[in-house]
Amino acid sequence: MTASPFSPEEVARIRADFPILARTVRDGAPLVYLDSGATSHKPVQVLDAERDFYERLNSAPHRGAHALSEEATAAYEGARERIAGFIGAAAQDVVFTKNATEALNLVAYAFSGSPHPGIPGSERFALGAGDEVLVTEMEHHANLVPWQELCRRTGATLRWIPVTDEGRLDLSDLDSLLTERTKVVAVVHASNVLGTLNPVDELVERAHAVDALVVLDACQSVPHLGVDVEALGVDFLAFSGHKMFGPSGIGVLWGRRELLEAMPPFLTGGSMIETVRMEASTYAPPPQRFEAGVPMTAQAIGLAAAVDYIDALGIERIHAHELALTERLLAGLAARPWVTVVGPTDLESRGGTVAFVVDDVHAHDVGQVLDGSGVAVRVGHHCAWPLHRRFKVAATTRASFAAYNTVGEVDALLDALDTVPEIFGDPRLRGAS
Amino acid sequence: MDLYQELILEHSKRPQHAGLREPFEAEVHHVNPTCGDEVTLRLHIVGEGPTAVVEDVSYDALGCSISMASVSILAEETIGHPLSEALTTFEAMKAMLTSKGEDPGDEEVIGDGVALAGVARYPARVKCALLGWMAFTDALHQSGHRVAVTGTDPEEGTP
Ligand SMILES: Cc1ncc(COP(=O)(O)O)c(C=O)c1O
Repeated sequence: MTASPFSPEEVARIRADFPILARTVRDGAPLVYLDSGATSHKPVQVLDAERDFYERLNSAPHRGAHALSEEATAAYEGARERIAGFIGAAAQDVVFTKNATEALNLVAYAFSGSPHPGIPGSERFALGAGDEVLVTEMEHHANLVPWQELCRRTGATLRWIPVTDEGRLDLSDLDSLLTERTKVVAVVHASNVLGTLNPVDELVERAHAVDALVVLDACQSVPHLGVDVEALGVDFLAFSGHKMFGPSGIGVLWGRRELLEAMPPFLTGGSMIETVRMEASTYAPPPQRFEAGVPMTAQAIGLAAAVDYIDALGIERIHAHELALTERLLAGLAARPWVTVVGPTDLESRGGTVAFVVDDVHAHDVGQVLDGSGVAVRVGHHCAWPLHRRFKVAATTRASFAAYNTVGEVDALLDALDTVPEIFGDPRLRGAS
Repeated sequence: MDLYQELILEHSKRPQHAGLREPFEAEVHHVNPTCGDEVTLRLHIVGEGPTAVVEDVSYDALGCSISMASVSILAEETIGHPLSEALTTFEAMKAMLTSKGEDPGDEEVIGDGVALAGVARYPARVKCALLGWMAFTDALHQSGHRVAVTGTDPEEGTP
């Protein structure tokens, strides 16, 4: 790793771009926001970009020939180009959705029991009994439930790659899980609970060897690592804007062009058609085919500004910074024998997400105590319930980092954590004093 | 933290009347989908109408200290009490928990339940405290006891 973490002065400058970080919570405690994995905060640059759109350009893109609409169209398509460039893609292969969940559903919905009569090549998306969809035990519900539903609709079988005690994919049985029957492999790039980075190269190679398509949930990787769709070699990739300093209400689906062209639409209506007659309609080419209705123009423009912001910081430095914080947190947790980390405890193939449990204390209670000190973490199953079952825990506490987090905030978390056993330790022992 | 009263910690560490027992007329399973807390609750009622008595509430619960304490207090405050009284306790608990901190709770009516008053100031935790009670009223419905119960919708009552 050549990039260096941000210096304290640099972090201070970054923090100044995020107005919300200056606020206090509860009884005046400074906000220590360690929940960027759920959603990140937004810098003024992004807020300004959205506001500027509404103040100067507001109109419906791709509809009408008046000056504003033309300018809005240019801004919207310019945002697409910018965001596509960020992941090494061509603009026409990038579809805007409302979030990653919708993007993943869009792909899952393209598969059905029979080809679409009006769309050449859609046989590729016809599934039936005997076909299989392979997911993993660490998927977010957004990359699990749509595939369960697909299997229910088509009679295909859902299978999954198990997770090891260390929180990594157990590929030892991959030969029997990934076979000629497998049509889709849907996998998360960076786990939103464990922090694990999955071996995409290997999975892509194995999947493509049997002609299966690879759908990558890149929600927790695009904001934190350099992601290049061509280098990854996957067939589809989905992420959300709100986890990467962008606005809520915008997500991205990238797909290989020939696949997007062979896919039926998900949502239908205005803007996605080619011709419409009372009897039937034909559809626009991608990406418009998948963008029914007036799109989230301001959000796309805001996300493009977020991408500019990330590029200005440097994604390698963001990753290095988050890993440095992760290292400090992992070391701090390791020094507390009453805490168990769920997920890799070293920095090997890892992102800046750390989930843990405290002996005999429910995560909800841990989170409540931390919140009392202004430390915002996520508690619960983080939309990965099967993964929590796998580790036989009802819930975990999760800290997740972004570029604006400081070493002091890691220490604030650890300090607040030390009050947990003080509060919840066995009352008989506590009563002894 | 003022939320974690000694009584709550005691109940959550040593839940009263825990475990599933026979006989029972209804068994329900409720979960809190946001955090995965679960409770399986059995209800045994003796008698009919105005003379009905809550003979037993038995349960198997997995959850945070607030939900554990709440179901423990529920069992303590309802077992052996007339059904009508148990329902009054439920109404008083619910009123307190959804009062956003306005209603401190009446110890005469809800007993140890007053220790949960602080929960009302944390909207995200109100569901935890109501989980067992929602299971209780659901079990009551399923047992076929015809008593006017309000607020059996688990969504209702949470801000
Ligand atoms: C790994 C992963 N996949 C999918 C999602 C779903 O993202 P969204 O809720 O923005 O659609 C999230 C975040 O919640 C996530 O962390």
